[in-house]
Amino acid sequence: MPDLNKCETCPVHNAGNLVRLGVNMTGFDYVVALAGNPNTGKSTVFNSLTGLRQHTGNWPGKTVGRAEGAFQYAEKKFKIVDLPGTYSLLSTSTDEEVARDFILFGQPDVTVIVLDATRLERNLNLVLQVLEITDRAVVCVNLIDEAKRHKIIVDDRQLSRSLGVPVVPTAARQGTGVQDLLKNIYDVASGNYICKPYRAQNYPKKLSKAIEELTGKILVDYPGLPNARWVALRLLEGDQRIINAMQNGELISLIINRQPAENNN
Amino acid sequence: MENEKNKNNEILALSNKLRWELGDNFHDSLVESIFAEASEIASKSVTKEGEKRTFSFDAKLDKIVTSKWLGFPIMILLLAAVFWITITGANIPSDFIASILIGKVYPFLKSFTQQIGFPWWLSGVTIDGAYLASAWVISVMLPPMAIFFPIFTLLEDFGYLPRVAFNMDNLYRRVGAHGKQALTMTMGFGCNAAGVVATRIIDSPRERIIAIITNNFSLCNGRWPTQILIATIFIGGAVPAHLAGLVSAGAVVFIAVLGIFFSLVTSWGLSRSVLKGEASAFSLELPPYRPPRILQTLYTSLIDRTIIVLWRAVIFALPAGIVIWLVANIKIADISLAEYFINFMNPVGLLIGLNGVILLAYVIAIPANEIVIPTVLMLTVLSAKIAHAGAGAGVMISSDSDMVTAQILQAGGWTLLTGINLMLFSLLHNPCSTTIYTIYKETKSTKWTMISTFLPVIMGLVVCFLVTQIWRIFSGG
Repeated sequence: MPDLNKCETCPVHNAGNLVRLGVNMTGFDYVVALAGNPNTGKSTVFNSLTGLRQHTGNWPGKTVGRAEGAFQYAEKKFKIVDLPGTYSLLSTSTDEEVARDFILFGQPDVTVIVLDATRLERNLNLVLQVLEITDRAVVCVNLIDEAKRHKIIVDDRQLSRSLGVPVVPTAARQGTGVQDLLKNIYDVASGNYICKPYRAQNYPKKLSKAIEELTGKILVDYPGLPNARWVALRLLEGDQRIINAMQNGELISLIINRQPAENNN
Repeated sequence: MENEKNKNNEILALSNKLRWELGDNFHDSLVESIFAEASEIASKSVTKEGEKRTFSFDAKLDKIVTSKWLGFPIMILLLAAVFWITITGANIPSDFIASILIGKVYPFLKSFTQQIGFPWWLSGVTIDGAYLASAWVISVMLPPMAIFFPIFTLLEDFGYLPRVAFNMDNLYRRVGAHGKQALTMTMGFGCNAAGVVATRIIDSPRERIIAIITNNFSLCNGRWPTQILIATIFIGGAVPAHLAGLVSAGAVVFIAVLGIFFSLVTSWGLSRSVLKGEASAFSLELPPYRPPRILQTLYTSLIDRTIIVLWRAVIFALPAGIVIWLVANIKIADISLAEYFINFMNPVGLLIGLNGVILLAYVIAIPANEIVIPTVLMLTVLSAKIAHAGAGAGVMISSDSDMVTAQILQAGGWTLLTGINLMLFSLLHNPCSTTIYTIYKETKSTKWTMISTFLPVIMGLVVCFLVTQIWRIFSGG
């Protein structure tokens, strides 16, 4: 039955068979985190994937806790976590910590970063920071319809080349691009798409030298640590949460435990 | 394990040494370089055409609605317009629903239960109690909600609410509270329980507790219909008919603004006494205006807000209706329980310009603010023995449901002063049980929960008392 096989491998077939599982989160295969600046439409994306109706509003700071939901795509179950919107992962207000702790310690299989297409430059700050932590991300350039109205054109392929992760333009309020987003989430989660995330490099000389030295030291003690550079940066900044995690070994065990899972893919 | 600990400590020691060498402004230079790279990447993949023209509409609109001089008047005018549309628009469907539910269905049910041989007390509890309370709730609340919520949601969807917060933020900071309290206060206009949960966006615990305590001063879903109805009957009724709509809308706006005023004064008082401290700074991003999705908004505001609020009201109204019927019909020495309570509370009630019926209604309505008006109406009808209504039958039928309500209340001895005080007391009284429970869950403190519960009641009693005394001095009563 070759035809049937073809049918099942076609992305349209999978998208057509998106099963919105709402809050039914038993036995999921992958965890997806939704991050992004406030008011970029994370909850709208969340709703269109899970079929839940989290209240959305044109309103920064609407999501204060974590909302969780689930969907099934290509016969895999995904649990998806809607994180509070943050401008950065550098400072330490509560909602930013919720987001960062989840990306770091919750170890999502894919982090979807939702951007506002009309404010791409400002939103990219967060993307660069998230890409320092994780190497499995999908960038969702949302509100693309609004950008069009403002005559802003986003070259998603160029952006994807710059960032080294998939970039999907969407207009989640209208449901445009959601199927494409699903496919990319699936590809990154299952390892079909290997991200080569952009790592910031234009730090001032003194700083990059310090980062290099510390990263080197960490890598000598823990060879193969995937985000050693980010850990070095946070330690240099004196981030108490990370210092504590380093001291009690939580950070290292977390990152090391993750290695085998990655090799499986 | 030991070995690992040593390694970790070595890493930490090195990082301390390097941080020392880097100096202070290293965080800034880090942020700067991230910004620079973000801007470089963005410039490669974004092209803008006619940029000048495109953002100017948002900017222009923002300049007007957040301007120093026009911001507040526009806010008040918008609110007034929303209420005016609600008040004038709700009349017709309200009459229609009342004439069916109470005019047609009620007598039918009554005679039906008699035919199949219900004992008088059973048909009393089910029809005069549970059914009638729900019917009142639906006919009094559904029409204003079905108009008010969609309009309010359209404003929210359009992006106006953050502008309100922007206008208010400075006031809140000046009274020693967090500017974001302006946002949680605006949320409270929908539902206080939601407003209390929304205070999580405030980082400082001190400012958060202030925001929680004062959230109750935002009129919520459950209280808008009370305000609108009483304003229509008593304030609108006191002026010539062609002005009635405008004046009663103005009165509701006045109460809403008064609520904001009380929340500011209370925040000021708290931050000067039990919750001392400095206000912290924050940045508020004004989101772009978005064309509201009208059909979707109508749908979600009808389903999410109107129906859910109405459903909640009906669920609370059913047992409340039974309780009302019971207290009005269980008699000790030929005097009903309700009468005992009402007679007992009447002196207190009259002192503060209310009456025993209203106070009893607020006790019965603790679970939900929505049922205050239906409870007041039923208690008045059942206990005050209105002549041509009859304690058993309970309802008069008229083509105009506001007229019915007005007649019942006036027969119960209500005056313009009672109306005004009920509006004030509806603004200033304990939060509903859901909100109280939410406050406890959010603060995990019995003390702050008690304060949030009783402070507004005390303020309400004091304000009503003062208004009544001043009123009586001027009216010579």
